[in-house]
Amino acid sequence: MSDAVVSISGLSKTFAKAGVTALDDISLDVGKREFVSLIGPSGCGKSTLLRIVGDIVEPTTGSVQVNGKPARRARLDGDYGIVFQAPVLYDWRTVAKNIALPLEMLGWDRAKRTARVQEMVDLVDLVGFEGHHPWQLSGGMQQRVSIARAFSFSPALLLMDEPFGALDEMTRERLNLELLRLWLETESTVIFVTHSISEAVFLSTRVAVMSARPGRISAVIPVDLPQPRTALTREEPRFFELVTEVREALHAAGADLA
Amino acid sequence: MPTAGLETTERSGARTVASRVAVLTLVLAALWGLWEGYRWLWITTGWGWPFAVDDITLPHLHSIVAQLFKPSRTDGPLLISVLFHSALFTAKEAVVGFAVGASIGFLLGVVISQFRVLQRGFMPYIVASQTIPILAIAPMVVVGLGNMQIYGWTPDPWLRVAVIAAYLTFFPVTVNTIRGLQSADPRAIELMHSYAASRWAVLWKLRVPSAMPYLFSAFKVSATASVVGAIIGEAPSSIPDGLGGAIINFNQYYALAPQSLWATNLIAALLGIGFFLVAVGVERIVVRRAPEHLA
Repeated sequence: MSDAVVSISGLSKTFAKAGVTALDDISLDVGKREFVSLIGPSGCGKSTLLRIVGDIVEPTTGSVQVNGKPARRARLDGDYGIVFQAPVLYDWRTVAKNIALPLEMLGWDRAKRTARVQEMVDLVDLVGFEGHHPWQLSGGMQQRVSIARAFSFSPALLLMDEPFGALDEMTRERLNLELLRLWLETESTVIFVTHSISEAVFLSTRVAVMSARPGRISAVIPVDLPQPRTALTREEPRFFELVTEVREALHAAGADLA
Repeated sequence: MPTAGLETTERSGARTVASRVAVLTLVLAALWGLWEGYRWLWITTGWGWPFAVDDITLPHLHSIVAQLFKPSRTDGPLLISVLFHSALFTAKEAVVGFAVGASIGFLLGVVISQFRVLQRGFMPYIVASQTIPILAIAPMVVVGLGNMQIYGWTPDPWLRVAVIAAYLTFFPVTVNTIRGLQSADPRAIELMHSYAASRWAVLWKLRVPSAMPYLFSAFKVSATASVVGAIIGEAPSSIPDGLGGAIINFNQYYALAPQSLWATNLIAALLGIGFFLVAVGVERIVVRRAPEHLA
């Protein structure tokens, strides 16, 4: 695929010390402006896969190309925006300065930084909180700062590792909507790790279902729900069909769903 | 909403100030009660253990305070004014010693933390340096530096004493700098790597700010240690201008006027507390952290 932002081929990862094969022969292409979720049981290596794509962890075999470059080159070029489950904000920086952090690292000048930070603050609905410190915000607001920080420099690829996993259901659904809006407006490409079937279906253009020990991609399910999605999307029959399809794929992959 | 929040913090701020003053008054009253109660009990019962109590060994607290407002010698200035000038002299040594010691301690900590090999090689000697009794090296340093000519320049006595203060200051700062630099959130380090941040950028934008609470814990210890270092540095080399000199002097006249030595100790303690409070105040301003992360 020539227009692939991410091209993963023949990837595997063995943790020699523990003698565990975390990932086995993973191949996956992610196209421009796609939103791909990785879903699977605990220990299926979905976070490890994300970390390999982001060049945080090295694969044992296989390769990852991002925009036609090896992952390391892509990282050094500043192609990645990362969001963890925890917001990982800098306590000593204000909201505005947290969002500006990657821009500083990439050498943007002050005027450009200020303009972009204001734009991001608007986008994630944090106007009035620019001067607050992270500990003065709720968990949901902190995660919005973290997302704004990841999108701020328009990276080629966003890597999100269960960003809403620690939030309550209400906050989670609201942030799902906000993330989708942000993704559409910024024309970004996202790889998203999650435990939640409905979250995966609601957000994604494709859902990659993984099985555990060794971690493999057992099915890739295209999500044909129309864009832009709204709160009502969750009530459409097609949404439930797709949720069922993903759940069955997880069962087939041997996931123990209670 | 922010205005409402501000009002409540201001009101509770006033309440905390009031309760702090109350607690401080209670603590001071309790200390006074303990001191005078101990005196009274030991004198009336005549107990001799651990030492016999009389006006020489344990003067009245009020007589110690009163001594401050008597002339230091016949027709001389008040004791409190003499001690004030001594305290200023000692404070100058301590401030310079603290600044030099904290800077060296911080730089040493940064260098050591960046090179794992150094940590193994250097740390034992740094620890060993602190096991040498300060009383043993103070005269060597203060007298030794006085006999030295550095391009025709000999350091002033107070500057030599500042070296002793620096010697006591640097160690806690080094240890806490290393600890603090390593305390940065590993995910934050991954984040910095994802921005292709240089080692230098990770150090200054992440590790050093993360280390700030640790650094200030060290500064609080070192601030008081620098005062102790300055006093001890003066004593063996008979520098008469500071609190160390005053202690030596009043020690010789203890049998005649024990209150003078106690009063000097009181001023020395106040100087140390002052240094500590300055460190606390600067921490309040510099370290922007969740309240539970502030000591």
